[in-house]
Amino acid sequence: MSEVTLTCVVCPAACELKVLSLPSGEIRVEGAGCARGVEYAKQEVLDPRRVVITVVKVKGGDLPVVSVKTSQRVPKSRIAEIMRATAEVVADAPVEIGQVVAVCPGGVELVATRRVKASADQRAQGGLRENAGQHVLKVE
Amino acid sequence: MKLKVAVIGAGVVGASIARVLSMYENFDVVLLDREPDVGWGASKANTSVIHPGHEEDPGEHPVRARLCVEGNRLWRKWVEELDIPARWPGELMLFYSEEEAQRAARYVELARLNGVPGVRMVWEEVKQIEPWVNPGAVGAVYAPTAGLVSPFEAVAAIVENAVENGVRLLAETEVRGVRVSGGEVCGVETSRGFVEADLVVNAAGLHADRVSHMAGVELDFRIKPRRGEYLLFDENVHVKPRMILHPVPTPVTKGVYAVTTVHGNLMLGPTADDLPEEEKDNLSTTEEGLSRVMEEGSRLLREVPPRDRVIRFFAGLRPEPPRGEWLIKAYDDPWGFVNVAGIRSPGLTAAPAIAGYVLELIAGEYDVRLSRKPSWNPYRVGVTSVRGKSPEEVDQLVKANPDYGAIVCRCRLVSKAEIVETVERMRRIGLERVTVDGVKFRTTAGTGWCQGQFCRWGIALIISQATGTPLHEVTVKRAGYGVGDVKVLLRGGSSC
Amino acid sequence: MLETKLDLVVVGGGPAGIAAASKACELGMKVGLVENREVLGGIPLQCVHTGFGVHVFGEDLTGPEFVYRLIDRLQRADVGLFLKSHVHSIELKAFDEKIVTVLSPKGVQRLYAKAVVFSTGARERTAFEIGVTGERPDGVYTAGEAQTLMDLYGLMPGRRVVIIGSGDVGLIMARRFALEGAEVKAVIEVLPYPGGSMRNVVSCLRDFGIPLYLSHRVVSIRGGKRVEKVVVAKVDEEMRPVPGTEFEVECDTVVVAAGLRPNVELLEKMGAALDPATGGPVVNETLETTVPGVFAAGNALVINDLVDYAVEQGERAAEGAHEFVSNRSGSVAWKRVVKGRNVRLIVPHYVSGERDVVFYARVKSPERRVFFELLGSDLKLYQQGVRPSEMIRLRAPSSAISNLGDRLVFQVRPLE
Repeated sequence: MSEVTLTCVVCPAACELKVLSLPSGEIRVEGAGCARGVEYAKQEVLDPRRVVITVVKVKGGDLPVVSVKTSQRVPKSRIAEIMRATAEVVADAPVEIGQVVAVCPGGVELVATRRVKASADQRAQGGLRENAGQHVLKVE
Repeated sequence: MKLKVAVIGAGVVGASIARVLSMYENFDVVLLDREPDVGWGASKANTSVIHPGHEEDPGEHPVRARLCVEGNRLWRKWVEELDIPARWPGELMLFYSEEEAQRAARYVELARLNGVPGVRMVWEEVKQIEPWVNPGAVGAVYAPTAGLVSPFEAVAAIVENAVENGVRLLAETEVRGVRVSGGEVCGVETSRGFVEADLVVNAAGLHADRVSHMAGVELDFRIKPRRGEYLLFDENVHVKPRMILHPVPTPVTKGVYAVTTVHGNLMLGPTADDLPEEEKDNLSTTEEGLSRVMEEGSRLLREVPPRDRVIRFFAGLRPEPPRGEWLIKAYDDPWGFVNVAGIRSPGLTAAPAIAGYVLELIAGEYDVRLSRKPSWNPYRVGVTSVRGKSPEEVDQLVKANPDYGAIVCRCRLVSKAEIVETVERMRRIGLERVTVDGVKFRTTAGTGWCQGQFCRWGIALIISQATGTPLHEVTVKRAGYGVGDVKVLLRGGSSC
Repeated sequence: MLETKLDLVVVGGGPAGIAAASKACELGMKVGLVENREVLGGIPLQCVHTGFGVHVFGEDLTGPEFVYRLIDRLQRADVGLFLKSHVHSIELKAFDEKIVTVLSPKGVQRLYAKAVVFSTGARERTAFEIGVTGERPDGVYTAGEAQTLMDLYGLMPGRRVVIIGSGDVGLIMARRFALEGAEVKAVIEVLPYPGGSMRNVVSCLRDFGIPLYLSHRVVSIRGGKRVEKVVVAKVDEEMRPVPGTEFEVECDTVVVAAGLRPNVELLEKMGAALDPATGGPVVNETLETTVPGVFAAGNALVINDLVDYAVEQGERAAEGAHEFVSNRSGSVAWKRVVKGRNVRLIVPHYVSGERDVVFYARVKSPERRVFFELLGSDLKLYQQGVRPSEMIRLRAPSSAISNLGDRLVFQVRPLE
């Protein structure tokens, strides 16, 4: 039987949880203030996962990097390996938001969370650009 | 034939000497400094006060007294010629009792002896003359010729003008020896090789004792660092004394000053702590020192803003020579070596006058028949700034160059145009490394209430583009802005 | 010089400003939105982590993704955009006449408006403000600066990092540094509890084995060219360092994440009253400051934990401005909002009782199993736990407020 203590992050109450893995395979959670806390604890003990958020390099963009996230939650144990892989990625500008910029070993997709324009058009760092706003800019 | 002159130390004293020598055909001047920029030693961190000269005892220090009064007069001209930010508000030496008043009266007498104009005692009127005075003060010695400059900007301006007039600047060049041959100096050994010189002028500030020893003179002369800590308040605090306020001096220090700097910040300081001789780089601030500054400041002022309106604190080191005595001397042996050492307060004030004095010394001692350069240009124009201009004037500037409308530093209202031009000027005076701090001290960008959190990277990007340096290699003060690209550590530290 | 006549000028194009401008447009006002940078979006543009938009869009988005969604909404509105534009000054010509002078690479423009919304965001507290003494070597960054460098300009500030402050910003930066291979030596927190949410303490620090020192302070920084170490000390209840408890942590980088302060420089110059507890302006339920027709929203009003609240405040301010511009804001006998037991701050400061009001509050110290309640009314919100780092949002219907006296006391009451 093994025992792990966790802090619940489901709500601000931050209950201290004691998670017992019984020989029967059953997981028992103590200290949770609600059912969601029990679920959280079980997931954390059996298969903890995270969305990894980082940046990767961009070639020919108006910014040298683009922010990315993994398309799904990945096992915590694989984060270091995924991060090392991101060091090798170089995306080509332009990069659109939502675009898959690379696939890491194990099929984990890195999805762009920012727009990076090609540097040739000398545009700003994503978002609404000055020229794009011209049609609504009314200056008397 | 021209005399080759190496001036060691591009502080306010060395820079002023270089400028004055550049007026004459006789000299070919190279100005050396160990830092990446000029004016980073004692010249940068001080009260910024141009003293009237009524605190100098002509019996005790005749040269100091004379050069202080003359320096005050010369600064009026130099700030005009060189477009240096300055104000001339006058100062009040506050006293708090009849007994202290009697001690203070001595300074009126010294003023008379030194020929300082306008110094007088004021009593209850002091609170009308300066409403921010602490009500505990019973009166003051009023010295109307006291002024304020931006000391770093002053050095930068002097160097720009000196270079324009033929002086060569070598920054990041540390002097390691003075070469003497046959009883004459023939140059200086530096971290970047040998610099040939017929005359060597030692204006190395805190390190001038070491340079003097290299030349084999004044082997007992030792300079001690005296540390002073300062507090700078947000320019938006309402406490803004118009005049310079300070207490009646003690033998150790002139005491804590309260001034509104030329850039509009209330500044309090300095403390005076004598450090061991080996701590000439110890610019640490201490909680104890800063509390003392706050306390002394509250004796001067009716109200001191709360500590959370302090935007920056810093420490400066003053070079303290034995008995407070300046060592200004041209030597026969080795011929061509000139000490301008131990220039403690009022060194900033006296610097232009010291430069003139050194010129006379050189001309007299080494028999130089001075000949003015007809082409010598006394003027230097500062970078045009958006701050302080009316919207109409700014509009005109922007029409000529849109970068004047791109505000990089929001607190101090500094535009991209000003930063771009400052970077160009820094390169023009010969700085190989354009630092963010160098730009900051010249333009005030990053010296406001946010302390650069919204503009430091903007300034670094401009430097990066102008000099072709990768952003992480742009120097902030002495180190790079970063250690590599964002993935450098994941690759095991190797650059890409 | 260009001149533009508008109903409303919104100063600051972050989430609160975009929301205010969009809403004001929907209400039929003629709006100008002034933004310093060349892009809209504000600080979330540099926040690559998630946690944005859970309330507004019902999705957990990253900062840039959230901003693009907001901007899409704005693009459908008819807003005059003034990008790369710096507000030089605001002149109060009359009660309902303001002149906003704006500098930009296009020249100087004068914007004439009846009302102004300040959504100027916040700034970070610096090492100087929190009294860190010692040397001043290179290698000291605010968290926002470090974030900008890493996630916009692709630069790694340093290798061995100490973070001052365990607010959400400090925690998130600890994780960012750790993910990119830096060694995060410690997070130092002066308070006896973490400044950020427990969720972030767990996912940013525990996941990476980063030590958190509570009730500790960085007293000084040491180093020549670059940071070499920090001196840390335990603090007593008054947050003063306890002599003899000092220890050193070797590092080359110090990241200051010591909290945010509303950007109120312009408001201060206009004479708006400020609340020392929030650092932002004193406002009524329409988020109007003590300067008539001048409103505040987002972090310029009060430091929010959720961008969703900033958006909500932006919209509220736009509604307030609309009432002001259409002369529907008469004279009101305002009721004062008063802080009761364990309430550190609460916004707004004045309410009428004539409409529903959303209150934003923070507690002084953590408590478990409490009610946040309005004294003398039925209005109460049960909370499993409250912490200074987690803002309490409470919607109060006018019925709960209207029959109370001229003082509304909010308090935190333990269940037992």
